[in-house]
This record gives sequence, structure tokens and C-alpha cells, in this order.
Amino acid sequence: MKFTLSWLKDHLETEASLEEILAKLTLIGLEVEDVINPAETLANFTIAHIEKADPHPDADKLQVCAVNNGKETLQVVCGAPNARAGLLGVFAPVGTYVPGIDFTLTKAKIRGVESYGMMCSESELELSEDHEGIIDLDETAASHIGKSYIEFAGLDDPIIDIYITPNRPDCLGVRGVARDLAAAGLGKLKPADEGYDQKGDFKSPLNIGLEFDDETSHICPAFWGRYIKGVTNGPSPEWLQQRLRAIGLRPINALVDITNYISFDRGRPLHVYDADKVSGTIIARPGKSGESFLALDGKDYDDLEGACVIADDKNPLGLGGILGGELSGSTEDTKNVLIESAYFDPIQIAMTGRKHGIISDARYRFERGIDPQSVETGVNLATKMIIDLCGGKASELIKAGEPPKGTKEIPFDPQRVTRLTGVKLSNQQVTKTLEDLGFTCNDTGKGDQITVTSPSWRPDIDGPADLVEEVIRIIGLDKVTPTPLSRPFGIARPVLTGKQKRVRLAKRALAARGAVEAITWSFIKSDEAALFGGGSPELKLANPISSDMSDMRPSLLPGLIPAAGRNIARGTNDPVLMEVGEVYHSDEADGQSVNAAIIRVGSGSHQGASRHWSGNGAKVTVFDAKADAIALLDALGQDANRFQFTTDAPAWFHPGRSAVIRLGPKITIGVFGEIHPTILKQLDVKGPIVAAEINLDALPEAKKKSTSKGAMELNDLQPVKRDFAFIVSSDTKAGDVIRAASSADKKMITNITLFDVFAGESLGEDKKSLAIEATLQPKTKTMTDEEIDAIADKIIAAVKKATGGEIRS
Amino acid sequence: MSELETLEKQFLQAIDQADDLSSLETVRIDALGKKGKISSLMQGLGKMPPEDRKSFGQAVNAVKQAISSALEVQKSALEQAALNQRLETEREDITLPVRPSPVSQGRIHPISQVWEEITEIFADLGFAMAEGPHIETDENNFTKLNIPDEHPARQEHDTFYFNPKPDGSRRVLRTHTSPVQIRTMEASKPPIRIIAPGRVFRSDSDQTHTPMFHQIEGLVIDKETHMGHLKWVLEEFCKAFFEVDDVTMRFRASHFPFTEPSAEVDIGYSKVGDEVRFGGDENWMEILGCGMVHPNVLKNVGLDPDEYQGFAFGMGIDRLATLKYGMPDLRAFFAGDLNWLRHYGFSVLNVPTIAGGL
Repeated sequence: MKFTLSWLKDHLETEASLEEILAKLTLIGLEVEDVINPAETLANFTIAHIEKADPHPDADKLQVCAVNNGKETLQVVCGAPNARAGLLGVFAPVGTYVPGIDFTLTKAKIRGVESYGMMCSESELELSEDHEGIIDLDETAASHIGKSYIEFAGLDDPIIDIYITPNRPDCLGVRGVARDLAAAGLGKLKPADEGYDQKGDFKSPLNIGLEFDDETSHICPAFWGRYIKGVTNGPSPEWLQQRLRAIGLRPINALVDITNYISFDRGRPLHVYDADKVSGTIIARPGKSGESFLALDGKDYDDLEGACVIADDKNPLGLGGILGGELSGSTEDTKNVLIESAYFDPIQIAMTGRKHGIISDARYRFERGIDPQSVETGVNLATKMIIDLCGGKASELIKAGEPPKGTKEIPFDPQRVTRLTGVKLSNQQVTKTLEDLGFTCNDTGKGDQITVTSPSWRPDIDGPADLVEEVIRIIGLDKVTPTPLSRPFGIARPVLTGKQKRVRLAKRALAARGAVEAITWSFIKSDEAALFGGGSPELKLANPISSDMSDMRPSLLPGLIPAAGRNIARGTNDPVLMEVGEVYHSDEADGQSVNAAIIRVGSGSHQGASRHWSGNGAKVTVFDAKADAIALLDALGQDANRFQFTTDAPAWFHPGRSAVIRLGPKITIGVFGEIHPTILKQLDVKGPIVAAEINLDALPEAKKKSTSKGAMELNDLQPVKRDFAFIVSSDTKAGDVIRAASSADKKMITNITLFDVFAGESLGEDKKSLAIEATLQPKTKTMTDEEIDAIADKIIAAVKKATGGEIRS
Repeated sequence: MSELETLEKQFLQAIDQADDLSSLETVRIDALGKKGKISSLMQGLGKMPPEDRKSFGQAVNAVKQAISSALEVQKSALEQAALNQRLETEREDITLPVRPSPVSQGRIHPISQVWEEITEIFADLGFAMAEGPHIETDENNFTKLNIPDEHPARQEHDTFYFNPKPDGSRRVLRTHTSPVQIRTMEASKPPIRIIAPGRVFRSDSDQTHTPMFHQIEGLVIDKETHMGHLKWVLEEFCKAFFEVDDVTMRFRASHFPFTEPSAEVDIGYSKVGDEVRFGGDENWMEILGCGMVHPNVLKNVGLDPDEYQGFAFGMGIDRLATLKYGMPDLRAFFAGDLNWLRHYGFSVLNVPTIAGGL
């Protein structure tokens, strides 16, 4: 919402400076977004006199002028057809920024002749679109040579741009802003102009009407107007054009400018019809799906169902409260007009505006809710301005329907302000503030309880909390005293849940293994989602910001792998990336889980990446990913021995170099392995890449234990180590050998280490040797050789039973 | 000089002259070996007359002792020399680079770090951490937060929608963390003190907006908490988070459908070169929105606004991170660029704590 300082002062009697006004606006909720002070931005443009104008030696259309800027006479090359000796115009010296051409002037040679500045047109100062010639001032300017043009022309009115929150339609008119400032102590609200106050000279030859049934009557409860005959339309006066241009509106003609002016001055949108272009009665009615009309913006709009249409006997004339029609609009030739001042339902306006994609000043105001009680004032304001500026005679007021009251009665205890804000105010301070804003306060006779009636221009006021907000924003939020919050405990208690702690730990555990944490988008390309098991219809956005961000990610890997690819493309070798974040399985509340993933590329193994004099980093393998997965589970307090690894990993992994991590047959914890070469090809990333991804939400919660760690088992007896080598078939799993050996004597065997894997011709085809070291821990006395041999026999038997493996002699 | 004395002198001299361990060993064998000269003298004792035996025996023994200890001394001297000589050849170029440790290579993303910093601060004030799904119902994201269907505020949210379900309802990507307020108040009874950090989504993209970003919601509901408490909490938070003794804050009246009264909060700063210094009122920077929870929101979750009240606030984690740590462009947060992540990321062991600093 833009307005100028002088415009504000039409409504507000104030001694306050611009700075004070700006600061107060921002504090009371009318945030100042921008201030343009033309006296500052256009200060360099001064009044100058062309003393001499000679033809340019090398160009027909140019002239070489001698320009007196009040201090000196400068040579300026000028191409304007109206440049001539004796002209009083506007001069910009070298170094001036000229907004209309977005250029800072430099000393220039134009066709061989030096030029020390510029004689300007109105468009170059962005004062109007006139660029036919340079500004040509009358004699009164002669005594101002060298002075600021902007001040001379009275264009030094600061333009203020404020952001109006959706709840404040009343401040979409300058008067509303003035009312707030007056209430906040920055001056006095001047009495409002009520416009035309006569009965009218004749009965309107045009009639208006409403055609709604009970179900639709709310969309336009009131449509009032007045016929004015014998107007002379044309450009509006300079003061009006200046104000409209200052706030970024293009002056059109007096009739249109008047409605625009009232819209911004009072927040009251109006429409003016050329009465000679409508036939019969103008009515407001529900639109129909088969209708269409040509709007003022030059576009055709069809399917008007759901809209409030203004129509004559033949055609729709416009969308009520949104946009007028081309055919019934006023032009320079308009002689007789009908003013429309109506009230439209905000919701209907919002829906229609959105359906047809129309953005207009009228829609903006109606959908936020204008003052319903302004229907009559609107007609009268427009009548007066039209008669003042265009002449003509006004008819009697014509009315269809009655606007809603728009006021609300709210039972209110003024002490609620203190309860919600902590600021102690007397009942009288509260009621005074509300009354300054246009509320009325009446005693109920029941203690402190009063009845507050909201003004008709405040549709946002609904209950006591709204009244508290009104009071505190006007009194000032700076009056709220910081008050310490009570401490529930002397020393703070831990607040994180087990799951929240896991998220923190997972990030640091993976980073401790050398990974750099990335945060990638929650939405990814559709085909990449599909590659990783996603892409279901319920997880596709209906309105993605781009086709690269259309599907909710099923895994962290389609974010991390392309990120690694981009890093490689930039020359960063062997990236190790990780992410801990949400992935999506369904659109239900429990369809989201927090995963932790790590990827290693090229030679980015945990032992050290890339080339090195001590030995180059080896290419990553599935075991790097397995180590990551186990390290993560370990960091999260999980006993890695509880998990099973099965070889049925999803399709985006190498089928032979990957595994699913399971807890029992039903719970899947995660996956690790080498990424399938086809996937890498589709993502256009050079491998090998290994990855581990764990679903943190699937992990069992740690049982609540006492803080005690339990007694440590001390044992002075020397452990005994024995080595065994087994010949097994080449598809035997090492894990089966280890598990069988461990369980041979669970009491005595404390550890099995697999220290050698060997396959060779000497063993025969399809055979391999697995060598393990078993640690036996005697508990009460040193073991005898016989006891040791007995356990060794048990190990050999257990491995043979489980795998068919023979001890290697 | 007796024969014994001569022998002693010869051997001591030979020991002294031995310049390596093997020649020393030759001397030892020559003197004290089974057939050595001193050993032979000892063996010859038996043939001597008993009256001479004792005195001569003592003399030979003394010589043997002297030679033995001389051998010991010389042996350890030669061993030390040999070791010194070997070590002299074992020189490494200690300027050769070693591999960096994984711990020093890893990085924590600034958003995670700031998330933890914020959690630490609010945990000290007794705020628990609440969470909610990113894919929300229209009801929780808007309606229950007092944003009815056709409210203009809905249009200002740039919402991402999913396709309508057969019953006409539509899921949305949550546009703010405020639906966690609803979920928390529906699931637990006051007093409530929570923060809810997390990802949020809006269809908007430029240097200062990304279609996905992080917010943190705060909510306190009880019977007496008022705006004074809100102001104190936010002031204490800003001092702790920005690690300054004093901040200047400006509370401006504003409007959010789910709070009443509502305010936006600016923090005062000045710029010295590229550095942002907090304090003063030279410039203001908006950091958060807040207010007293709207009575309609309380009613929507079954709380009586005449009995319960409290405040809520919401701020951008990404924005807080840029203010504290000076990243110029929000879009880089989610690009996964290792150079950026290494520069702006945090060491693994740099865990924010109240005691150790944030």
C-alpha cells in the first residue's frame, strides 16, 4: 500500500516528522517496506536555461546547446525536437543517475561534440511517460535557475510503501492508516469528507437490481448507485495525476482516476459505467458456466459460474468487485455515467479471482473485506468528485439491497490485556485506546465486564484476544516487560527422546568416519525416485516447483549419489558424504522415517583416500560399507552381533556385493553394498560407489536401565589361544564357520577371530581354507591340555556339522 | 713384575684395545675361556704346595675379577657404540606427509550444528523437543491453526500440494512447523513447553528463499504465561545463541492467523566491513514471528481459552545459521558441495554444550 506524506496529511493533523511517522507505522503493525523521497533521489535535476542552440555539425537531428545551470554555462548535445534557445528546462549534470533510462551520466562525445550533461524529459525523471520532448517550463521558472526542479514543481512529496497484513483491509485506504497513527498519539484524525450531500436532481433513468436466491444472496447483499448526466470526461487535474503516479498508477481519464483515487484514499472500490453503453437494468446475479465477457484488461473471461456477474439486459458487464468490462467502460467521449458502489462477499471474490487468475486493486480489497457501511459514502464521494471535475447533474440515490452492519459486540474484561501481555493498564486506558480506533465501549453493570462494539471497517475483530492485540499494538509492545519464565527444575533435566538422541549420534558417528554431512532435497526427480523404489502416485507433488523436484524421496541415496557426481565433476575426488534425514514411504503420518546414509566413492575408504606415498587408497568395496553400517549401529548402542545379514538387497545394489541388515525375520534395519553399475550409469556418476543406509526408526529402543554398569568380571588366569584352519566348499559363508565355532562352548570361548582366507589349487577346486583363532578364557583354574583338546574337538565337530568343513592337517 | 701381574696387564690392555664385540670375545676366551690363561692358572692351583695355594689363589681370583669387570665395561661401551652406529643409518624424512585422520575429515552441516545449539539452549529452559510429519493434512497445517479455506493467508504460503484423494481431501507439504503445535496439544495436557525443529516447504526460490528450509517452533501453554515471558525467553535465547552479552530487539505488532496478539521481532546490528555486529539500532533484521496462541487454536485442540494461555514463536534455522556464521547464499545449503561443506561445516568433536559454549 503506497501513499504520499501530503496525502496522509489530508486525513491526519500532525506535527510529527517523516521519521517519527515511519517508526510509528512499523511499530503498530503497518511495516514500512520502502520510502522514496524524490527530493533526495532527484536532487541533482535543476532548472536550467538554454542560452543558445546551434545545429550539430555532423547530425541533422541533434543540436548543440549552451546551457546555463545557474553557476556556469555548459555545452550539452540535445536530440529533443523542442530544444531551442530561450527554453527553460531541467538539466542533469555529469554524474547524475537518470532513473528513466537507468543510467549514470558521464562526459560524452556525441558525433564528435562533447556534451556535459543532459536536458531531460518527464519520462527520464519517471514523472510521466512523456518522452516526446524535454521539459518546457513557463516563465515562472526563470527566477529558479540552478534550484531543484522537484521542489519547484512540488513533486518533493515522500512516497511511503507499507506492508498491510491480510487482517487489515481498513488500512488499504490512506484514511485507515491515518486513524491508526492518530490513535497511536501521532496527531488528530481530521473529519471525514462525506461527499455529495444533496438529494439529487432527477430520478435515475437506469435501474439496478439484485437477482439472487436465498443460497446466493450473501455474495452481493447491496448494490447502490447514482446516475450522472452531462459529464465531460478528459484528463484529470494535475494534482490527482501526480498522486496516482506517485503510487504507481497510470492516470487514464478523470472518471477512472476518481474511482482509483477513492479506492486508495478510503479503501472503497467503485466502478463507473458509461450509461449509454448499457441497455435496460443493471443487475448483479450469479454467473453462468456458458457466459463470457471482454474485460478492461483486454482479455476474454468465460465460464463465469460461481462468480458475481454484473450484467445488463443483454450481456455481462463485469465481474463484480474484481474487474469491469471493456464495452461498458468510460472513455473520453462518455457523457452519462452510472456509479456502482456495492458490497461483495470476500470468500466469493477470493474464489473467483483465483479461478480466473485476475489480480486487481478491487479484488485485493474486497477479498480482505471492505467496510460494508461505506456503500452510501462511496456513491456520494464519487458523485461529488465527478461533479467537481467533470461537471454534470446527479440523480437521486438508487439502491438495491442493504449492506450488512459489519459490527460485532464483544463482551470484554479490560484486565484481559494484563493477563495476556503482562502490562498493567487501567480500564480507562484500555477503553480510551479502543475508542480512538473507532470502537465503542459500554458498561454492562457487571463488574469490570464491558461490551465493546467493533467498527464496521474492522472485519478482522472477532473476540477478546483481538481487542487485546489492538490495545497492546497501539500502547506499544515496547511496554511489555521481559519476565523470566519459571524453571521447572533447578538444574535442567534431559529432554531428548531416544530417537532424537540417535539422530544426533548418527550424524557424529558417520562424520567421525570421515564423511561430510550433506542436506539434500526432500523431493527429487520422478525417474530417480523410481530407481530407488519410490515414485508412487500418493508421493508425487501436484504442483512441484520444477520437474527435478517432483517426488518425495524413498531413500537418501538418490540425493547423495548425484551430489557426489557433482563434486567429482568439479574436481573433488573420492567424496565421502552422509545424510541423516527423513524419507517417505506413504502420505500417512507414520509414513515417514529418519534414515542415516553414507556413501563412499572411488578410493574413499576409511583407511584413507586417493594417492599417497605410503600406498594409494584402495577402491572401495562392500566391506567399507559394511564397516560403516556396523560402526553406526555400534555408536547407536546396538550390539552388531544381534543382526543378520541376508543377500536379498534391493535392485539398486550389486546383487553379489550387498546385504540387508535384519533383526529377526520381520524387521529390516537397513542395507549396505556396492551400488549397481546400471544405476550409476543412469545417474551418470562414475563409480565404484558403496553405500550403507540405516532406518533409525526401526532400531529397538534401549531399555531403561539403571545408571550402574554392573560389576566387572576380573580374571587373572591367562587366556589360551588356539588356531584352526578349515577346508570348506568355496560357497560356505565365513559367518557360519565363526558362529558354529563360537557356539561350540559358549562358556569358555570368548572370541573367534578369522585371520586368513585362502583359495588355491593345492586345496582342490571349489574349496577354500578359512583360518580362525579361538580364545578360551579359563574361569576358575588353569586349563589342562586335556581340557583344551576337548574344547578344540568340540569346535572342529561344530564347524563340520554346520558347514561340512574339515580341519586342515 | 710377577707372571700374574704381566698377564693381567696384557689382558687389560687387550680389552681396552678391542674395537668390536668379536675381538673382545677373543680376548675373553683367551683369558677366561676353558682353556684360557687365567683359567689354566686356576687349574694349576691343585699342583701347588698347600702353603702357597691360598695366597696364589687369592691373587689369581683378584686378577680374574678385574678382567671380568673390564670385559663387562668394554662390552657395554661397544654395544652402545654399535647401536649408535645403527641408529645413525636409520634416518627418516619426517617431512613426508601422513594421512589425515577420518575424524578430522568429517564435517557436521551448519544446520545440524545450529539445530543442536538451539536445542541445548531451550533444553536448559525446560523445553522438550517435539516432531511431526512433513506430509501433513490440510487440517493441521491450516484449518486448526485458524487459517480457514479461503483466507488470503493461505495464498501467501506458497503451498506444495499432493493430488486430491477420492474423498477430495489433499495432503500438503507442511509450510511451517506450526502443525506440531496442534499435534502436541492434542496429544498432551498443559503445562506444555516444547520446541519443534524441522524441515518445511514453500514453493519459492531465490537468493533468500529455498523451496525447502528449516524452522523451529516454540510453544508454551499453561495458565499464566504472558507476552512478558515470551519477550524474556526470546531475549535470553538471542543472547545465548549469538554469544553476546546484550542484544537489542524490537517487537513490532504484526499478524499471524494462529496468534493474537502477534509480533515480529527484529534484532539490531551494525556492519563493519563484511562482519555483522549485533547490538545497537543502526539496522534491524527480522528474525522471527511470535505471539500469544490464538483462542481459536486452543479451542480447536479442546483447550478452554478462558483457562489456558501461552505463547508460540517460529524462526528460520537456516536464517539463524547465516546470521551467526555468515553464509551469503541460502541455496548453497542444499547443494552438497564439499568445498562449501568443509568451509562452513563443523568438526565432529565440536559438540555444542551450555558448559562448553555453543
